Amino acid sequence: MSFFIETLVGGLLAGVMYSLVAIGFVLVFKASGVFNFAQGSMVLCAALTFVTLRDKGIDFWLAALITLAVMVLIAIAVERVVLRPLVNRPQITLFMATLGVSFVIEGLAQIVMGASVHELDLGIVDTPIEIGGVQVSQFDLIAAGTAGILVVALSIFFNKTRVGIALRAIADDPQAALSIGIRLQTLWQIVWGVAGFVSLVAGLLWGARQGVQFALTLVVLKALPVLIIGGFTSITGAIVGGLIVGAGDSLAEIYLGSLLGGSVSTWFSYVLAVAFLLIRPAGLFGEAPIERI
Amino acid sequence: MSLWKQKRIVSRAVGLAALALSAAVGTSASAEEAKTQYFPLATFRVGAYASSGIPVWAGEIDYFRYINEVEGGINGIKLVWDECETNWEVEKGVECYERVKAGKNGSPVPIFLPHGDPISKALTEKSVADKIPLVTIAYGRTEAIDGRVFPYSFPVVFSFWSEASSAVNFIAEKAGGKDKLKGLKIATVYHDSPYGKETQVPLAHLAKTYGFEDIQIPVPHPGNEQSAQWAKIRQLKPDWVFLRGWGVMTPVAIKTAAKVGFPVDHIIGGIWSGSEEDVRPAGAVGKGYLAITPFPAGANFEIHQKLKKYILDKGLSDLKDPKSFGSVYYNSGVDEAIIAVEAIRTAQAHFGVRPINGEEAQWGLEHLDLSEKRLAEIGATGLQQPLKLSAKDHEGGGAGKVLQWDGEKWNVVSNGWVKSDRDLLLPLIYERAAAYAREKGITPRDATN
Repeated sequence: MSFFIETLVGGLLAGVMYSLVAIGFVLVFKASGVFNFAQGSMVLCAALTFVTLRDKGIDFWLAALITLAVMVLIAIAVERVVLRPLVNRPQITLFMATLGVSFVIEGLAQIVMGASVHELDLGIVDTPIEIGGVQVSQFDLIAAGTAGILVVALSIFFNKTRVGIALRAIADDPQAALSIGIRLQTLWQIVWGVAGFVSLVAGLLWGARQGVQFALTLVVLKALPVLIIGGFTSITGAIVGGLIVGAGDSLAEIYLGSLLGGSVSTWFSYVLAVAFLLIRPAGLFGEAPIERI
Repeated sequence: MSLWKQKRIVSRAVGLAALALSAAVGTSASAEEAKTQYFPLATFRVGAYASSGIPVWAGEIDYFRYINEVEGGINGIKLVWDECETNWEVEKGVECYERVKAGKNGSPVPIFLPHGDPISKALTEKSVADKIPLVTIAYGRTEAIDGRVFPYSFPVVFSFWSEASSAVNFIAEKAGGKDKLKGLKIATVYHDSPYGKETQVPLAHLAKTYGFEDIQIPVPHPGNEQSAQWAKIRQLKPDWVFLRGWGVMTPVAIKTAAKVGFPVDHIIGGIWSGSEEDVRPAGAVGKGYLAITPFPAGANFEIHQKLKKYILDKGLSDLKDPKSFGSVYYNSGVDEAIIAVEAIRTAQAHFGVRPINGEEAQWGLEHLDLSEKRLAEIGATGLQQPLKLSAKDHEGGGAGKVLQWDGEKWNVVSNGWVKSDRDLLLPLIYERAAAYAREKGITPRDATN
């Protein structure tokens, strides 16, 4: 039984790491209806910028601030150069544009900062501690705590600040929001900037776990089922979806994988996602579109 | 004749003369070029695996430059090369091969280095049709050791089967003999791909022979989350873990092992889990991690002193990061270049001193004899194991050294080269090659030629 609980807890904590990446997608989708394919590249770019600055001997917090500034600059550039000219174009056009942005960010990041693998030490001990006979990773606990803080902070931002409320207005009805003087361009820059901040947090935690390298972009593969399950418009949904995917993958890997004689976690989360799509197409916490006929 | 017509005739004559002159210059340039030996390099300097590849090409190019600068080429035939980016993707690798296989400026392709296990498998049959040997050091199809069935595939030095067997023999060495393997539990944590599964058959055979328990645990690509796999390790409590990763899978495995409390000095990484790029991202918890490799790290080999003096110190190196000089990947590039150059040298001794084509290089490879003496002349003693290839044996070596990470660098901890049980495994390899021949309708060559 303790093995089952350990596997479950390990999976849940791993799921929180996926949620961190999924939150970035949710932010952009919530504010603009765009599925931002470049989120994985932004995670790589943030982590690579931070670690490059650290390698040059720059203080941790200063490096984090500079990285955040770089991510905000990228956000402004994406809005100015890519999104603004494509306003009122079909969603698929915007999606394809973010696909292009993704390759540009990856390529430029590698040209400017190199393709080397970097170690990223956040000073968090990654040895197990025992809670009630179950081994739990300290690093994973801190990551879960960070995700929790992020969710609370973003919820306050979206629900209690003027900017947040304006973002929600744009997401609900862009035409109406524009008609009352909400500046779409500025808000897009803000939301992409916030997504850049989330990328920095996700990049630091994932980078500390696996090293800062190109493969960071691949973490988005697991964020997709998280989004489908949790819903594309809910930050809480991203967390709950992450927990379901993490736990589901872990348990399936142990109990189903040995039966099938191979690893199953690559596709199991997508099976879960398809099942959720059939039962609840908007995801657990997503908003189902209501259209006047 | 009008002035206009005269002008037109004169301008045509001038044009034709210029064309003839440029053709003559071009012909002579191409004849000049044909005195060089062309080496196309399939590289992946961008993409997910760029960090692994960049030091490899540096080692390879530095050695080629050394041959040109110091030795004046291979018996006077200078080496020329260019790169073709594959991104480590099969379709780009095949496209690259198709683009370069005809050679360059009259100089044929003697050897193609695919630099990627899936690419090498995709090119197996094409290389036979084009008569261009594929040299795949420490990767590629294991049964291609049987050159009677695979005349143009050369998994030289250390196949995956040898890798698995040498790892087991190192464990036996640690346990106090092969008889002490009985009852041990050895878990292989592998990349869930054809590459990762390649060692399942030899390990099952070795487990049956020596009586250890063979546990296989797959990790899905890319391997950036392994908590379930290592929870299983914690549950099964193996004595040793043999880690066959690629890319990000290795540092994540080392970190997750530490997270579940598995001793990192009882993990033996395979060839592609044993570089600085694999272990550095794991940070402090990687200290004590072991890896088996045919490319021992270190910059104190004699050839490195020569490379430093004639290439690096003169600013001719392809290496961007000087820290990588003598790294596992840099040394793998040097090893690869040594083998390619020596195969050409062997072929030249037989066919004459001139640029060698693929068919002749295949002969050169099958008659390659890198003895201790020859390795000492090159300055590669200890870096490269002695190697003797034949039509029946395209591997030749079959041994690796075990390295241990001390937090800063690799140190060799095995007693020299740890040999694999090739005598035990070769019959199985030949059986698999024969099965392949039957499946593809290939009549095996006569090995006595």
